[in-house]
Amino acid sequence: MATASAIAEPPGTTTPGRRPPKKRRWIGWGFMGPFMVVFALVFLAPIAYSIYLSLFREQMIGGNTFVGLENYQNAFSDSQFWSALGRVSIFLAVQVPIMLFIALLVALAIDSGRLYGKSFFRISIFLPYAVPAVVATLMWGFMYGTRFGLVGNINDAFGISLPNPLSPELILASIANIVTWEFVGYNMLIFYAALRVIDPSLYEAAEIDGASQRRVITAIKLPAIRGALVIATIFSIIGSFQLFNEPSILQNLAPNAITTYFTPNMYAFSLSFSGQQHNYAATVAIVMGLITMVIAYAVQLRGMRKAA
Amino acid sequence: MSTSTTPGARKGSGRPLITLSSARRHPRRHHTVERPRRSPLLTALTGLVLIYSLVPLLWLFINSTKTQEGLFGSFGLWFHSDFALWDNVVDTLTYNDGIFVRWLLNTVLYVVLGAGGATFLAVLGGYALALFNFPGKRAVFAIVIGAVAVPGTALAVPTFLMFSEMGLTNTPWAVIIPTLISPFGLYLMWVYSSEAIPTELLEAARVDGAGEFSTFFRVSLPLLGPGIVTVLLFTMVQSWNNYFLPLIMLRDSSWYPLTLGLNAWNSQASTVGGEAIFNLVITGSLLTIVPLITAFLLLQRYWRSGLTAGSVK
Repeated sequence: MATASAIAEPPGTTTPGRRPPKKRRWIGWGFMGPFMVVFALVFLAPIAYSIYLSLFREQMIGGNTFVGLENYQNAFSDSQFWSALGRVSIFLAVQVPIMLFIALLVALAIDSGRLYGKSFFRISIFLPYAVPAVVATLMWGFMYGTRFGLVGNINDAFGISLPNPLSPELILASIANIVTWEFVGYNMLIFYAALRVIDPSLYEAAEIDGASQRRVITAIKLPAIRGALVIATIFSIIGSFQLFNEPSILQNLAPNAITTYFTPNMYAFSLSFSGQQHNYAATVAIVMGLITMVIAYAVQLRGMRKAA
Repeated sequence: MSTSTTPGARKGSGRPLITLSSARRHPRRHHTVERPRRSPLLTALTGLVLIYSLVPLLWLFINSTKTQEGLFGSFGLWFHSDFALWDNVVDTLTYNDGIFVRWLLNTVLYVVLGAGGATFLAVLGGYALALFNFPGKRAVFAIVIGAVAVPGTALAVPTFLMFSEMGLTNTPWAVIIPTLISPFGLYLMWVYSSEAIPTELLEAARVDGAGEFSTFFRVSLPLLGPGIVTVLLFTMVQSWNNYFLPLIMLRDSSWYPLTLGLNAWNSQASTVGGEAIFNLVITGSLLTIVPLITAFLLLQRYWRSGLTAGSVK
């Protein structure tokens, strides 16, 4: 069955690579097919349906009406949407660099071999990744709280009043802390795995040249893991724009600080499931998807250009 | 110390490395590029991040030993006089006719079918991308990577409407089917397959007349072990921790996974006439994370090697 479906390959179309050129054969689809069928059902069909929905408006009388790009025009003049977008942009600009910087430092420290008990460090710092966002948020939410939380404990013990982490002013920073806690270890692991595959003969050469540790990091390690840095940055950008679980679970504890349009994702969710505005929710989601893709793509281009 | 710096961890070093036993024979250690001098200062600084990572987990454990009164009346990072861990566990498992056990079984069902299926599809697809040149391969890659950037809600709302028309909402399938796709798993298996399987081996199997599928199951699959464990653990985390999708798809609380159930218990306190059960929320949270953390600790040798090979590109 393998050879029966094989097709002849036109000369000169093979992609250059590490491996000898492979013949173009349909058999690959026998393996790729199942993934793509499910992928089409749970990714492509909903995206297509989303775009379709965004072009219509549900009306009390007359059902669905085609409105062209009107939903998109509404989104661009929707102050709730813009405030949500602004909030996740601030979050992105502050939280992502801090989280990735800590993750990078830890990865470099563990990789340097200078730590006592390094495998304990690696696994312990990674563990929060295994904690569901729901549990992480409930846990931190309780700890932030003044009822039986650590903040309340400290206030009682020292007779002071720390600023409430669940207040409207601090809530974004408190969420940033939860997300950082959840993902520092995950990013650390990505960086660490990339550091482990650097050829050690490079370090030996650097030692012979009398290079300092700092020089080894800037001249060998960081360039070698640029790909991992770009990937981690892109994943973090996507994650920030999709912020939903943490604020939506904290809403219970901080109803005054977290609105239903706190993040674009929460906004789309509440439009759809409380407001029954499926068409407009789909539009908001598509606009967010486009913005995310453009920024992720720009980061990728920039990361790759530096590599050249 | 650890076994992670033993031979083979660093690729490309052709010379024999010092093993633990030979290092012990020398009273004074050699400090080489491979075995640098340990630094207490660096250990202490990295220790700050370690404390940050572990203190909340410690908080969770300590507070799951307290009664609800103890929670309010004692310091968060130390035990209260009444050690109620066992009572809390029993209460968590039996509260409301044992709904927690039902949620646990639901979660296991979603993980076995969802993560298991996602891993299977990712292994097949990654293998195809690594070892075959097939028409449309570049398009497949572009589409899958592009789709990762699409936000959850962009998919969630239309998926909900689609599934609702198909009569799938409020059934386990609405949670399982979307978790079957893991683009990250596909990527990891692709890189891992191209590392772990020598083309010569496949050529040899082909010369022997084995079909591609029997070659895959008999020759390739055993070589993909660490990669599969890695993908399985990451998809397991994904579906064990899934919150958003079940939140949208499920109305009936008897189909809830643990995450949704815990949040329901927590919000119960703020509803009219609802009973506050913070001790059960905290103990339930602890019970929710124990299986995953155990899996990570037990399998760490496998997933680490899988991940390291997966980061070559």
